[in-house]
Amino acid sequence: METLYNFLFIALPYVALTVFLIGTIYRYKGTKFKFSSLSSQFLEGRKLFWGSVPFHYGIIFLFFGHLIAFLIPGTVIAWNSEPLRLVILEVTGFVFGLSALVGMVSLFFRRTTDARIKVVTSKMDLIIELLIIAQIILGLWIAYGFRWGSSWFASVLSPYLWSIFYLNPNIEAVSNMPLVIQLHISLAFFIVLLIPFTRLVHLLVPPLHYLWRPYQRVIWYWDRKKVRNPKSPWSVTKSQNN
Amino acid sequence: MDVRSQVSMLFHLDKCIGCHTCSIACKNIWTDRKGAEYMWWNNVETKPGTGYPTKWEDQDIYKGGWEKKEGAGAIELKGAGKFKGLKNIFHNPHLPIMDDYYEPWTYKYSNLIESPAQDDQPTARPVSLVTGKPIDIKAGPNWDDDLSGSPDYARKDPNLENLSPAERDAMFQLEQMAFFYLPRICNHCLNPACVASCPSGAIYKRGEDGIVLINQKVCRAWRMCITACPYKKTYYNWSTGKSEKCILCYPRLEAGVAPACMHSCVGRIRYLGVMLYDADKIEEVASADEKNLVDSQLDIILDPNDPEVIEAAKANGIADSTIHSAQYSPVYKFVKEWGLALPLHPEFRTLPMLFYVPPLLPVMASLSTVKNKAQNDKLDPIAKKWDDDWLYDTSTDELWGTIDDARFPLQYMANLFSAGDTEKVSIILKKMMAVRIHRRGVTVGDLGDEKVNGALSDAGLTAEEADAIYYLTSLAKFDDRFVIPPAHREQAIEMLEDTADVKGSSGFGFTERPSRGI
Ligand code: HEM
Ligand code: SF4
Ligand code: SF4
Repeated sequence: METLYNFLFIALPYVALTVFLIGTIYRYKGTKFKFSSLSSQFLEGRKLFWGSVPFHYGIIFLFFGHLIAFLIPGTVIAWNSEPLRLVILEVTGFVFGLSALVGMVSLFFRRTTDARIKVVTSKMDLIIELLIIAQIILGLWIAYGFRWGSSWFASVLSPYLWSIFYLNPNIEAVSNMPLVIQLHISLAFFIVLLIPFTRLVHLLVPPLHYLWRPYQRVIWYWDRKKVRNPKSPWSVTKSQNN
Repeated sequence: MDVRSQVSMLFHLDKCIGCHTCSIACKNIWTDRKGAEYMWWNNVETKPGTGYPTKWEDQDIYKGGWEKKEGAGAIELKGAGKFKGLKNIFHNPHLPIMDDYYEPWTYKYSNLIESPAQDDQPTARPVSLVTGKPIDIKAGPNWDDDLSGSPDYARKDPNLENLSPAERDAMFQLEQMAFFYLPRICNHCLNPACVASCPSGAIYKRGEDGIVLINQKVCRAWRMCITACPYKKTYYNWSTGKSEKCILCYPRLEAGVAPACMHSCVGRIRYLGVMLYDADKIEEVASADEKNLVDSQLDIILDPNDPEVIEAAKANGIADSTIHSAQYSPVYKFVKEWGLALPLHPEFRTLPMLFYVPPLLPVMASLSTVKNKAQNDKLDPIAKKWDDDWLYDTSTDELWGTIDDARFPLQYMANLFSAGDTEKVSIILKKMMAVRIHRRGVTVGDLGDEKVNGALSDAGLTAEEADAIYYLTSLAKFDDRFVIPPAHREQAIEMLEDTADVKGSSGFGFTERPSRGI
């Protein structure tokens, strides 16, 4: 048992994070063309709406929920000290979880049944979507069966995750967790490991810089005024393009 | 004054014969590959008609272009932009889907070759190029070719909107039917909606020549440009997950060769040349009032012979060779010197840099509206046997009346080229008519000087101008039609690599294969 736990809670996280880091950087630098959300809306738009929208709103809310509990566990615990607030948080989380589940399941059906979408579906798409479905189901099961997750995540899991980033893994708490929770944790790291090999890379490049840039973009080979100015040889200014 | 140069284009619609050679030239060079089969960076549509993709001009459906809200000073993107775009990123409600264009197909030719001997003829069934399965073909990129008057196409043309029912009916009577061809490519706009809508910032305008391009490595398939371009000239490659668009054949332009569509144009309707414009004014012009749209869009173009403009251009780093090309630009002549051309749908506010000379030919009025007895009597006795409505006025007695009572309602042309202002179109048609009358005076000589000169001065042209228009319209050689500025490739190469470093090596280029992500 001990070896298994060491593998699942120490080896897997480190392998996953390393592969994730090196893999995505390599993919971004080496094969940038392959960074894309690979939208399939052009081929089918209606079913996508009922899948993509509930899924993304759900998963992004849950992602930030987990992130906050990991980063500032104290605040979450303080928030939960009032039972009503705790219940509100848990119910909201559960609803977003259901939304993500419904969305992902319908996306999966769309991928496997629509003739046009099947053409642009790779094996990896199906694998990752099945894993995400499994992960959401596990999450909902935990939320329902092991109350109240938001509290014990902050007090038990957060320290474990921190211990990994401090390079001093402490797996005592997770080793004694129920099997469902252990599966949820391991699957999470496994999905992180797979990110560079799947379409999930798109979640690393949300286009938020759009909010700050001016609408129009003009790119010059060089600073055009310097090209004409004989006093400053133009090779001094490299353009921003490429 | 921030002077910039733009490689701009002019299509002379009177000369287009609707042969689609341009489309094929483009397809064979650029879009003959998986995921791009359905794309026609250059397409030719019959007007009136619904076009490609179906009803692209109807922005109530597609939400393309910029809009100026009642009372607001600034313009905003109609269906994309910072807030709307990011909000709809998981599912874009205004995205045209493949069926709005057409599902690309081929035929199973192998059926013909491999068929065993049998009683019936084998058939080559159409199969979808997307799924590979047999399909019933429902639409194609030029499905409405020559179908003017048809209920499914011509009558659904969005430009018929503010025509009276009588005008519409007149257009579609079988005997009166008129149509013309409208070839379209990306307009390489000065205020491109595609660039503004791209959340990744993948689309940009090249400073040197104004060509609008999509960086394939930065595009992440957020697919907002497809909604934003009111001309539907960005296309989504469903296989690679990247958007693509007309590149104005920049590799050819840089080598001094005309773009493929222009080079191959059978009707020789296409012209290309540099225009200098004042980039400081873009925002102001794009947000101009509805009634000033056309004038202000033409005003942004500067006179390349004006010493002040030349000086400002030089100060801005524009090469002498580019300024020189601008001075000889055929596009400048048509658009600014002679005032013969207009942008397509200026009300979309992207400041398109492709201009059209509206067609004169199907415009002449029918005799029933002209009601000129003397003229009727003069007509060919055989022609007279037909219903008077059928005939149209080819005489020169009623010079301008025929244009105003056009068989092809001026309002329709105005909806296409001048945001509804018929005056703008009729001035141009009068000029074109005056050139014809002048040339008839020169070559046939049956009209008399008084009449010819009257026509010219009515249209505000001199005989020299009319001759120049005639020459550039009808006789122009390759080098007159395409005045391509030297591209200064050395700068482009230096931008990518230090040429000194790679001297003697095999060159430079992109090493990554454009294959789909996983
Ligand atoms: C960071 C913000 C995110 C953005 C902007 C985003 C955007 C998109 C877009 C545009 C698509 C393509 C939809 C289409 O076919 O048109 C997509 C698909 C997808 N996204 Fe996201 N996404 C984000 C986060 C995530 C996250 C956190 C996950 C899961 C962990 C995820 C999983 C997926 C999956 C599995 C698909 C494929 C759906 C299918 O077509 O079957 N995304 N996303
Ligand atoms: S025509 Fe469309 S794609 Fe071309 S520059 Fe204008 S907005 Fe962009
Ligand atoms: S090749 Fe020229 S004449 Fe033929 S359809 Fe195209 S634009 Fe018109």
